[in-house]
Parts: sequence; structure tokens; C-alpha cells
Amino acid sequence: MPAMIDVTSAEKTFTMHLQGGVRLPVVRGVTFQVNAGECVVLSGPSGAGKSSILKMIFGNYRCDGGRIGIRHQGNMIDLARAEPRDVLSVRRETIGYVSQFLRAVPRVATIDVVAEPLILTGTPREEARRQAGGLLGCLNIPERLWTLPPSTFSGGEQQRVNIARGFISDHPILLLDEPTASLDAANREVVVGLIDEKKREGVAIVAIVHDNEIRGLIADRVVDVTTFAAAA
Amino acid sequence: MAERQGADRNDMPLLVAEGLSKTYGRLSACRDVSFTLYPGEVLAIVGESGSGKTTLLQMLSAQLAPTAGRVSYRMRDGVLRDLNALGEAERRFLFRTDWGYVHQDPAQGLRMAVSAGANVGERLMAVGWNHYGRIRDTASSWLERVEIDVARIDDAPRTYSGGMRQRLQIARNLVTDPRLVFMDEPTGGLDVSVQARLLDLMRSLVSSLGLAAIVVTHDLAVARLLSHRVMVMKGGQVIETGLTDQVLDDPHEPYTQLLVSSILPP
Repeated sequence: MPAMIDVTSAEKTFTMHLQGGVRLPVVRGVTFQVNAGECVVLSGPSGAGKSSILKMIFGNYRCDGGRIGIRHQGNMIDLARAEPRDVLSVRRETIGYVSQFLRAVPRVATIDVVAEPLILTGTPREEARRQAGGLLGCLNIPERLWTLPPSTFSGGEQQRVNIARGFISDHPILLLDEPTASLDAANREVVVGLIDEKKREGVAIVAIVHDNEIRGLIADRVVDVTTFAAAA
Repeated sequence: MAERQGADRNDMPLLVAEGLSKTYGRLSACRDVSFTLYPGEVLAIVGESGSGKTTLLQMLSAQLAPTAGRVSYRMRDGVLRDLNALGEAERRFLFRTDWGYVHQDPAQGLRMAVSAGANVGERLMAVGWNHYGRIRDTASSWLERVEIDVARIDDAPRTYSGGMRQRLQIARNLVTDPRLVFMDEPTGGLDVSVQARLLDLMRSLVSSLGLAAIVVTHDLAVARLLSHRVMVMKGGQVIETGLTDQVLDDPHEPYTQLLVSSILPP
């Protein structure tokens, strides 16, 4: 079974031109694979570069070296060197990403925020909204909130909207950045259940979770990011 | 079969700019700009005043002849043609039908003294529509789509607010089902709340109609909400380009870092 994600010697350095060109090496030699149905958790203290690695896999941060191999529609594509339109196609069809914070568009109703990824890949609006409602219900977002934009919601509610949006598609790869950080115990359990379901469907997952209990429940393998520390 | 052809066509560029430059005597307003735009793609051109964005937009939309370089556009028959070599009739066809142009100042894109319905209907008549009832029906359905109360269809846009005028201008541009829309600072000069509504509307129209768009803006928030790709301009040159979120979240060039760091947090 070929890997879904194959990261080889990826590295990232920030150059801060406004601070006199200070170079901030973040990670170097990042190498690991993730197979279908497997959940890899990135571990390491804050600032070790966990989120940066997720963003490199999503094509949000550009790599300074190395390769980000992604299995996309049957072929391996190197996201570190892909054309913008190919990166967009990978994000539409292959990689879902749940960031720590919801970047909400003003005025768009919660249910449409969640349904949007499905609509973009051709699901009829009504069907997409039906599935969005199902997920929101499952994540304990009361129905009376569905037609409101999520910008006024509490942190925990926004995070659950974000999770619903990330989990609604059948992406074969899912990147999760602290998906349970501001959730109560009951909702954490719901998210663990959703992750298990994705794994059973064969989704390859890379996650960052600080909570040891959650990590124990979802991780098939832990990759220690401190081994990729870039010496200054 | 038809679907297959459609897919192939989406893989072919809609507009290709090659080595575009514009000089005014010794002054270089725009230097050596090249890029490719595909159907359905939204490209933002960002940079401060005087960076050459508007000059570039005018060259791309055949309103200004480049000093060097060329722009090619895929006509509806599938053939990529040099804009400079087009005949007058073909050029008119582009402006009336296949392209939209949204000006920063709605007064430049609208006829302020005739009714809103006529402003939208005029573009249809220019492409041969002549049934009054159908024109009026189409115009009112477009007013609804841009969230203008249909009861205002017979009012002239000079009685409209700034945000309504801008939405009317968008309806006028989109009624002929264009494939490419040029926008020059489309939210400039509007209140923040009006801007948000307009951006949301443009975003959903562009994605539901599968439009390609080239948006000139100095507002990075507009670029983030509307565009897939961004080109950063400074002193007439493109200094950084890439996916919008890449360029805004991980800017490489000193000037781009300055632009990004100058945004006030909401």
C-alpha cells in the first residue's frame, strides 16, 4: 500500500526583512510517511514547528527545500513544486485542513460555511446542506444557530463549526491542528469518534494534539518534531 | 462528449500576458509582466498607489496599448488571439459580452440618469435582445441577485447609495454571461459594512458562475476573500506571486512583508 503522504527532507526558514533580515530556521530534514487509514500525531513543545509542518503539507507555507509528496487522484504530486492551480485542485479533492481558528467570511450562514467544500466539488446545494446539518447536530451546535454567521459564536462553537467544515468532505487526507483544544469533554469525545470513523474509511490523518488522553485514543504513531529542529 | 470538451477547455489558458511593458517617455509604468489566467481563476493584483496596477489592468483589457509584449485571449471559438490584432467588431464583442469591467467609481460604469432596469437591459440590447418583456424580466432577476429591491427598478442610479450603485454595476456587467471580469478597486470608497456585503456577493457570484476575474486592489483583505492567486507589484514590476494564502501567510519579499504587517488586526 503506497503512502498517502511522503515528506522527504523538507525544510523551512523564515527571513524577517523588517527585522533586519533575521533568519529564523524552523525545521529541517522533515521526513515521514503516512499511510491510508493511519493517524500520525506530531509531538513536541510549542514553537518546535508542528503547525509549520502541517502548513507545509497543505501548501500554505512554501518549502525552502525537500519534497512534499501527496497522492492525488492516483498520482504522487510534489506540493513543494506544484503550480498554484494544482495546489488548489489538491485542496479541493484530496487534503482537508482543520486549522486552530475559523477564518469566517462575514455574513455567510454557519450551515453554508460547513456545506461549501461539498458544493465546490459538485454536490447539489440541498444535499450539501443536509449533510452539513447532520454534522453540526452531531457536534452539538443547536439548530437555531445554523442560519447565523459563526463570527459571533464562542471559541468552542467556532471550533466545532471548523471541524464540521473540515470533516464534511471525503478527502483522503486530513490535517488537524489542535481540533479539540477549546472543547468540553462531551464534544472531545464526539471529535474522537469522528476521527475513528475517518480512519476506518481509510483517511490518512496528521494531527497536532496536546491532550495526552486524546493522543492516546487517536494516534497510531507519534512523530517527534524536535528531531527536525533546525540549528540556528 | 460535451463534458469532456468542457474539461479540456478548462485546462487551456483563457488569457496569456507575455512581457507586458508600458513606458511614458523615460518613465516606466509597468515592466515585463507575464502570467497565465485559466477559466474560473481569480487573480488579485495588489500594491500601493503608483505601483502600476491600473496601467497593467488597462493593458490587459485592451484599453491601453503596451509599449512591448502582448496579451492573448481565448475567444469563444476556442482560438487564442492576440488582442492587438483583433478587428474592431471582435473587440466590441469582447467589451459588450465576453468581458465585464467593474470601475471603482460606479458613475464611470453606469449611466447615472437612466433607470436601473435600463442600465442592465442596455447590455442585453447591445447583443441583440429586443423583446421588452424578456429584457425587463432578466433585468429584475439580476437586481434580485445583487440584492437590490426590484421596486427600485425604474429609479435612476443617482438616487442609489454607493453600495447599491456598485451592486448595480456588477449586475450590468454580469447580465451578458461574461467569462472574464476586470475589477478596479471594486470596494474602494465604500463603508466597511457595505464592503463586506459586496465582497460576499462578489465571492458567491464568481464561484457560482465559474467566472475568471482580475481584481486590482490595494486592500489585502479583498485579495484574501476573493482571489485564488495574487501578484504583488512595486515600482511597475511584479515582485512576488503565488497562491493568495501562501503569499499573505508566508510572504518572502521585504515589500510584501511590509504590506502584510501593515494590516490592522480586526
